[in-house]
Amino acid sequence: MSVLYDIPGPQARRRILIGSLIAGVVVLAVLVVVILRLAEQEQFTAEKWGPLLDPTTEEFPLVWQRIGLGLQATLAAAALAVVFSLVVGTLLAVTRIVSAPWYRWLVVGVVELLRGLPVVVTIFFAARALPALGIDLPTLAYLVIGLTLYNSVIIAEIVRAGVASLPRGQAEAAAAVGMTRGQSLRLIQLPQAFRVMLPALISQLVVVLKDTALGFIILYPELLRTAQIIVQTTKNPLQMFFVVAVIFIIINYALSRLATYVEKRLSRSRTTPDGAAPAPVVQEGAVV
Amino acid sequence: MNAVTDNLGLYGTGVLTTLQISLLSGIGALVLGTIMAGFRVSPAPPLQWVGSAWVTVLRNTPLSVVLFTIAFGLPEIGVNGSFFWFGVTGLALYTSAFVCEAIRSGINSVAPGQAEAARSVGMTFGQTLTVVVLPQAVRTVVPPLGNVFIAMIKNSAIVGAVGVGGDLYSVGVQLTGAGGLAVIPVLIGVALGYLVLTIPAGLLLGLAERKVAIAR
Repeated sequence: MSVLYDIPGPQARRRILIGSLIAGVVVLAVLVVVILRLAEQEQFTAEKWGPLLDPTTEEFPLVWQRIGLGLQATLAAAALAVVFSLVVGTLLAVTRIVSAPWYRWLVVGVVELLRGLPVVVTIFFAARALPALGIDLPTLAYLVIGLTLYNSVIIAEIVRAGVASLPRGQAEAAAAVGMTRGQSLRLIQLPQAFRVMLPALISQLVVVLKDTALGFIILYPELLRTAQIIVQTTKNPLQMFFVVAVIFIIINYALSRLATYVEKRLSRSRTTPDGAAPAPVVQEGAVV
Repeated sequence: MNAVTDNLGLYGTGVLTTLQISLLSGIGALVLGTIMAGFRVSPAPPLQWVGSAWVTVLRNTPLSVVLFTIAFGLPEIGVNGSFFWFGVTGLALYTSAFVCEAIRSGINSVAPGQAEAARSVGMTFGQTLTVVVLPQAVRTVVPPLGNVFIAMIKNSAIVGAVGVGGDLYSVGVQLTGAGGLAVIPVLIGVALGYLVLTIPAGLLLGLAERKVAIAR
């Protein structure tokens, strides 16, 4: 119940019920209008949906085989991009934490520059600039490089926040037993930070997965590009992109639920003896 | 660096078009997002369902898929328009989901005691909301909302990639395309163009944050 209104009494409950009914009717009416409009424009015909839903049509197996390949390509790009972003991001964060002041500004500059660039620009220019420099790679590599450039700095910030959220005593104890800054980071702080930031990392996976759909600009055959190609023969853009959207929504929704679940579990098990829970590193609405 | 200096005019119009797309989509997203946030905190369950379905669908779909569905789907059902308006609509719809979540978390972050106190001195629901809760909610919402809009400026590049010409991203593609200008200077130009937009936005955000910040 929201704080904005009292726990409703009988009268208010009746008003809410009436309001709900009106709202429900309006929502249903809007849906009906949309569906009628779609039907009127012949968007529910077997011709449009057949290749996607009817196994007896000759396109059906081909279409779904291609969608499967597209999904594989999408997942491969996302998995590689996440692994590389994690490695590069951690290195960036560690460099930023332990570096001498005279070159720290360089790391900060790189991080800020890459954060200010749209990810579609980093992908496009990975695919244009690297060949211009004489480095020819498969399109998958360009997409992964583009995504890594953008996401590694985000992950670097998550790692930095994760390390900063640890109690100071952890680093002090490491220093007290004679560890260097590097040892203390590698053996004491980072393993704990990774645990704290696990939910944020899973949320970032959603962002990476969504961004793989930009592979179409460099003609990498991920889901969206595959859909684009299929539409050229099946002539059903609305239905095809709808199916692609549903696939993305299912995977990403599952991932964000997983992030919430992991966060709940961690916050339960990480309470200190005096009951103070560590500050969460997951910022709400950070995944855009 | 001739690639950049010779094409300053083109970069200029690119920045302006990107700014135009961002402003229009930003206004749309703010309006839609606020309405959806209202739905999500309202007492009527059907409205809550609409709000959460809206957020779940739009937050989990890639912006490029949203834009493709609009740009290639709407003409199929007889809605014709320019790519520019399709792009602005898509970006506004997509961003509205994030605006909605930012505003909702802002309303939720106001201490329950504030609303309780307001009610206990006899304020109505409208007064509670407008005099006590919203002014405080707005202050906590400034940083996340600002981040959403900065991300939106960057996302406008995807609108360019899907087919709207003349924005900063399209200028970069155009300059590296047929003419075959040196790629790296063009990239630096495009990067500077986006920084010209995002850095002042970030500074303004910081300023607004300091101005309205409240210690909790």
